[in-house]
Amino acid sequence: MRAELLYRIQIQQILPGIVTHFQCVGQYRQNPARKVYKKMLLSLMIFVPLLGMIAVLLLPRESEELIKRVTLAFTLIPLVLAVVLFISYDRSAAGTQYVQGPVPWIEAFNIQYHIGIDGLSVTLLLLTALLGPICVIASWRNIEKGIKAYMALFLLLETGMLGFFAALDLFLFYVFFELTLLPMYFLIGVWGGPRREYAAIKFFLYTLFGSVLMLVAMIAVYLNSGTPDARTFDIPTLVALASTEGHALANLDFQIWVFLGFFIGFAVKVPIFPFHTWLPDAHVEAPTAISVILAGVLLKMGTYGLVRINMAMFPQGLDFFCNGLGTWGNSLALLGFINIVYGSFCALAQTDFKKLVAYSSIGHMGFVILGLSARNSAGITGAILQMFNHGVISAMLFLLVGVIYDRAHHREINGFGGLGSRMPIYTGITTLAFMASLGLPGLSGFVGEALSLLGAYDKFKMLTVLSTIGIVVGAAYFLWTLQRVFLGTLNPKYESLPEINGREILTLVPLGILTIVLGVWPSFAIDMFSESVSNLLDTLQVSL
Amino acid sequence: MQPLSNIESILYFSPEILLVIFATAGIILDLFLKNRESEKVAYLSLVGVGCVLVAVLFTHASLGAKESISLFLGMVRLDRFAIFFKVILLLATAATILFSLRSEELDARLKGEYYALLLAVTLGMFLMASSTNLLMIFISLETVSLTSYILAGFLTHNPRSSEAAFKYITYGAVASGTMLFGLSLLFGMTGTGDVGQISTRLAEMLSTGEVSPLAVLISITFILAGVGYKIASVPFHMWSPDVYEGAPIPITAFLSVASKSAGFALFIRFFYTGFSNSALMQSVDWTLMLAIVSALTMTVGNFAALPQRNVKRLLAYSSIAHGGYLLMGGVLLTSEGIGAILFYLVVYLFMNLGAFYVVVLIANEVGSEMVEGYRGLSVRAPLVAGAMAIFLFSLTGIPPFAGFFGKWVLFAAVIDKGLYWLAFVGLLNSVVSLYYYARIVKAMYLETPEETETVSFSTGTFALLSVFVVPTILIGFLNIFYTFSNIALQ
Repeated sequence: MRAELLYRIQIQQILPGIVTHFQCVGQYRQNPARKVYKKMLLSLMIFVPLLGMIAVLLLPRESEELIKRVTLAFTLIPLVLAVVLFISYDRSAAGTQYVQGPVPWIEAFNIQYHIGIDGLSVTLLLLTALLGPICVIASWRNIEKGIKAYMALFLLLETGMLGFFAALDLFLFYVFFELTLLPMYFLIGVWGGPRREYAAIKFFLYTLFGSVLMLVAMIAVYLNSGTPDARTFDIPTLVALASTEGHALANLDFQIWVFLGFFIGFAVKVPIFPFHTWLPDAHVEAPTAISVILAGVLLKMGTYGLVRINMAMFPQGLDFFCNGLGTWGNSLALLGFINIVYGSFCALAQTDFKKLVAYSSIGHMGFVILGLSARNSAGITGAILQMFNHGVISAMLFLLVGVIYDRAHHREINGFGGLGSRMPIYTGITTLAFMASLGLPGLSGFVGEALSLLGAYDKFKMLTVLSTIGIVVGAAYFLWTLQRVFLGTLNPKYESLPEINGREILTLVPLGILTIVLGVWPSFAIDMFSESVSNLLDTLQVSL
Repeated sequence: MQPLSNIESILYFSPEILLVIFATAGIILDLFLKNRESEKVAYLSLVGVGCVLVAVLFTHASLGAKESISLFLGMVRLDRFAIFFKVILLLATAATILFSLRSEELDARLKGEYYALLLAVTLGMFLMASSTNLLMIFISLETVSLTSYILAGFLTHNPRSSEAAFKYITYGAVASGTMLFGLSLLFGMTGTGDVGQISTRLAEMLSTGEVSPLAVLISITFILAGVGYKIASVPFHMWSPDVYEGAPIPITAFLSVASKSAGFALFIRFFYTGFSNSALMQSVDWTLMLAIVSALTMTVGNFAALPQRNVKRLLAYSSIAHGGYLLMGGVLLTSEGIGAILFYLVVYLFMNLGAFYVVVLIANEVGSEMVEGYRGLSVRAPLVAGAMAIFLFSLTGIPPFAGFFGKWVLFAAVIDKGLYWLAFVGLLNSVVSLYYYARIVKAMYLETPEETETVSFSTGTFALLSVFVVPTILIGFLNIFYTFSNIALQ
């Protein structure tokens, strides 16, 4: 009873808050107080899940329904805020918006609390905030033990992810990056499949290995940013200094080494071949919702870092690694190509549904790397779009795998057959997701990959042509899977398999709508970050 | 400035005098107590620690604007650096007394003198942190060693504890003998025992060619053996796993934190204030020597910890590794490096003592020191398991816990001087350490226990646990701790 009451009180407090929020938007449009309000918005979004974690921890362990509802409420708030940000973000303006800070944090090292968003971060923030409630709903019935700890860790994870995409201070950026590690370790390790312990520690060790290299690079950047009194972690300042002629940060040798440090850190996260081996294990063992977050957001943290730090801050380092193979390509493009082809062929060989999706993720992240390596408008735009699209599509795929696994308790592709007649709605949604993922024109997957390839073709024709093998193989494994699972005669074991239920459809519909909308109207998203892309290109041009 | 005479010094020496008074009072009180009442001695010792803390703060106030006061005709120095270490040592002593009260391994009848001995070790460590004369350095080191031998062997019914004490004595005797030889070489070359004078004279004599750099290197190496033994650095670390495993857990905690801190105090006092002279640095390349020792220490500690199943022994090896991390800050003899050591010691005090406290609790309640005993602790005792996870992740150096900020400060100091390779070794070691720390976390959270009944603890236990948990979470975020270490260096 008491718990119910608590819940009511919270809802009563939250709802007016949201209403007031919208009133505020109208009221403060011309008001100087709007500035203060604008500043707080982003912080609010980042730390609301953390408050939610504290709220969940204070609730009694037995009231599971209440815990789930509270978690859902606390993930819906960031979603609402993200939509507000997405709508009110000024698309025509360059530079960061909704900036808060810099507020001194650890003065001994000039570490500041400094957050803000540009077109790239607002897009990924929307993706993160959207997947939050979807994952909570997807976990509603599947998590059997320790729901309280699960939800608390999930909320902590969400704070880490949101903070990472908004951080404008390198130290803060690193802390948020690492903040996602611990909850992820426990979420895979405690609630995962049979080999969860192995998968969890492998994920943890790989990522930590990458991030300590990043830490060395970060310290080096900090120490070289100025005289002992003027050292800084401020990302915009560092970006400016790194393209200042004669500054220590602009030194080519320095940039090469620091670029490598950060690159390996992010490459583990993306994952780029040969740092990818943790991914299939982690995906197969993780519970459905955590796979969704892993593929949907955590992989994007790697590519986001590549854009935000490696490309923007070390354009000369990037240039060093992007030269050498002439029109054949460059080392970064080569890594993208390997990811695409290797990931696709590995996916083709899988008989485990979830592993197939995991390897297809590696392949699709390859297009992001290929697009970025082109260093032109089409390539980078395509790469960023592909990040968002892959987040949406792979989330759908993992949710769909979860649906069938919950019913059949296995994921063996060859163990099914003829499900199409038994579960028509499920088959329909899966087909949509498959088509989007293999790049059918009219669905979102196509636009991102096409733009990436277009950009890359401009620079290195051979490698781009070879990369399209990945698309062909992608079509092959998705269609083959479709055939093996849904077509043919119905396996008699599954004659009474229940159809996908309302809750599951609820998690898939928003994502499905997004794939269609972005497929026919991609500028809906592209407009958001086109200014940021041209900003980035300016930085890259200076160094060329 | 002019050193104070013996009589004038006494006022500034009040903390040490108070320690002697309370240690003696403890022994006398113990004589009049009936059996199994030794808690009273423990409480008396706690009061003693409190009084000494007040006295230390009083000496800090009496220091005023002065940088330092030289006491007893230049034997001992009172400065902010010494005061910093005295506070750390007192905190560690207070924690050890509280652990010992909770510990069930110790024989209650013998506990009376145990607490008196603890205060005596603390006295020795106080002197280690403040001695400025070769003779005084050696005496303080021996005071600490001799009392530590007894404390390590305090479990008279346990052969491992006796073995620990025996090994400790054997290694200790060799190390102090070597160190004494090194000290005598220095005295012979310069004709003075004062560390400050030795430094200036050596610099002169090296520039005129009166002494060969090789002789200096040899004497410093020998002295390093003694210091290295105290901070358990490679190759003088061999005693520590056996001693840490055999000794009572509170003593293990005490040795791993207090003894190490005092060792570093001596190291910094001797090498930083004594030998940071640049002419001396150039003639003998011991930056490289220390860097190699540091890299070896952390690598050996971490890799030896990997296969351990006994949590106490695992933490023993991990504390060797942490000695290696700390030594990184000492390699460069820059003020940033030393400041980083001081900051890390504060962090290390809380996270390591906290981890050992959990080991005490589990040994009492579950009756096991093995990793298997921690299985399913997240279900059986969720708060204790949560606290242990925080300590272990902090020891690994994962944000947002204090251990990360401690490592950050150390690595920044090392990289600042261009020793990238050492930073790499240190960071890769952190990754290695994750593997064995996470094994305890895995046992607590991912494995299912054979027994499922909940283990309950008293409110006092949680209160003491939170004394360690809260700083482990907060220190990194609080500016004041970063400035502390700088003030201590003035």
